[in-house]
Amino acid sequence: MSTATMALSNTQIQRSSRHTATIYLKEAKYEFLKNLRLRMYTASVLSFPVMFYVLFGLVLNAKQAIGGTTVPTYLIATYGTFGVMGASLFGTAAGLASDRGLGWLQVKRASPMPPFAYFAAKVITSMIFSAVIVVALFALGITLGGVRMPLADFARLLGTLVAGSLPFSAMGLALGYFTGPNSAPATINLIYLPMSFCSGLWVPFMFLPKVVRQIALVLPPYHLSQLALGIVGAGRHESTATHWEVLLAFTMICLGVARIGFQRDQEKMYG
Amino acid sequence: MIAALEQPQQTDTSNSDVIVASLEGVNKNYGNVRALRGVNFRVRAGEVVALLGPNGAGKTTAVKLLLGLMQPNSGRARVFGGDPTNPANRMRTGAMLQVGRVPETLRVREHIDLFSSYYQKPMGSAEILGAAGLEKLSDRKFGDLSGGQKQRVLFALAICGDPDLLFLDEPTVGLDVESRRMLWDQIRKMVARGKTVLLTTHYLQEADALADRVAVINEGEIIAEGTPSEIKAKTAGKRIRCITSLSVNTLRQIPGVTEVKEDRDAVELHAAEAEPVVRELLARDAQLCGLEITSAGLEEAFLALTHDTARDGKNSN
Repeated sequence: MSTATMALSNTQIQRSSRHTATIYLKEAKYEFLKNLRLRMYTASVLSFPVMFYVLFGLVLNAKQAIGGTTVPTYLIATYGTFGVMGASLFGTAAGLASDRGLGWLQVKRASPMPPFAYFAAKVITSMIFSAVIVVALFALGITLGGVRMPLADFARLLGTLVAGSLPFSAMGLALGYFTGPNSAPATINLIYLPMSFCSGLWVPFMFLPKVVRQIALVLPPYHLSQLALGIVGAGRHESTATHWEVLLAFTMICLGVARIGFQRDQEKMYG
Repeated sequence: MIAALEQPQQTDTSNSDVIVASLEGVNKNYGNVRALRGVNFRVRAGEVVALLGPNGAGKTTAVKLLLGLMQPNSGRARVFGGDPTNPANRMRTGAMLQVGRVPETLRVREHIDLFSSYYQKPMGSAEILGAAGLEKLSDRKFGDLSGGQKQRVLFALAICGDPDLLFLDEPTVGLDVESRRMLWDQIRKMVARGKTVLLTTHYLQEADALADRVAVINEGEIIAEGTPSEIKAKTAGKRIRCITSLSVNTLRQIPGVTEVKEDRDAVELHAAEAEPVVRELLARDAQLCGLEITSAGLEEAFLALTHDTARDGKNSN
């Protein structure tokens, strides 16, 4: 029998890099399609920042100036941050918590799927939705809000905000590992709505009470929005490097927490 | 009924010594709950094995250990002579698990396309759809499918990589009779392709209909193992049903009869062996009609086995 067993012994799988790329691509494509068709996701995540922008940036205050620029320009940066944060948190945490809690992730883990492909797909999808939101705000701002800036600044703003999806995707992965399928959306809202407010994403930062402004200094959306505002010339002129460092540190902490959850899951049974 | 008990699978004897999956002295605890206690269990190449037991017996735990989704507290789980978590082994394994929620907005063919991409040599998508009976549903979103159709999609995902070893965890749980039979047919088709199959079930009829070998598991221990007929032989018995003018009392006195029940216009007798009882019945009542003989079935066998363990404390065979 031992010879028979030997004959069946393992060889490492040799996937061509092309095959691996195909898996990553399909995983991301279907994650994107899945969320795109999920009305819960598109309705809340895509339409809220856009609706807020139209209402507060285009209908109500379009002609006013704020922080050295026009309101429609200023709010692209803040609602852009808000949109990116929502798309990323819901895009990762809600799906992960549900897949984990209701058994789907186990089906995937039992298959030869490269585990990293699953997480990469969620992050990439969040970045794509983030880009869609920011571009929609650009389009509305340019056509209806008279937003004008050099093309390079639009590109930098888009790049910054889409890169800003990463810390929130990391946070979403951590949350997805420590919330259940039913509690995840509520937990996300409980964190993301107050955090948005305190970071000056709804009410411009300078109008916030002093206490709140101090809390903001430790909140990642504050730092992302300040980077975005810096590009449109409305930032608080703090060190750009510091903002990036805070976001990077936050990302690493969240990934560390997610990793603990990942390892804990190997030992637990769900479903 | 009796015909259904015959096994559809002929084991390829050249392969039959090769162990493709095993649990070796496995203990698995969840906190204070002992899900598996010293389980030894083997699946040979080409075999269809049913792990049969009530809810909470440890069936799903056994499957998850063999899939490398969790680790035993002691002992070890092996597939293809190696670690179940080894990607090369996962490449040769397919699994149908109990899932609370599958992404509902993806279409059937999209789910299959994605899972097929994980494997080195997947079956063609037309072949997969055909094998799972999903040809007409490939454009439907998962969320729009019925329970039976959903199970068939999960089955399709398990077989799409053309794996050598197939784990089916309660494949037909919650399905109506027709959907169940349809899935059985699909499982039999995979068996005919030479797959090794481990299925868990608490439907005794299902183990009987599909498996070459049955391992009965209860409270984390394997309490009996053998072919479906061997398992039944342990509590041997036939059910004899007929319409007769003989009184219940007369019937009770026929040697070999252990139990008599009246059922509408017929009576149902239980006996260890059917032939002597039937001879006696026909001799005493020439008008006897509607004679049916069936095996007592795994249901009774299973109840008897689990009761035995409860009574004797520990009876490992």
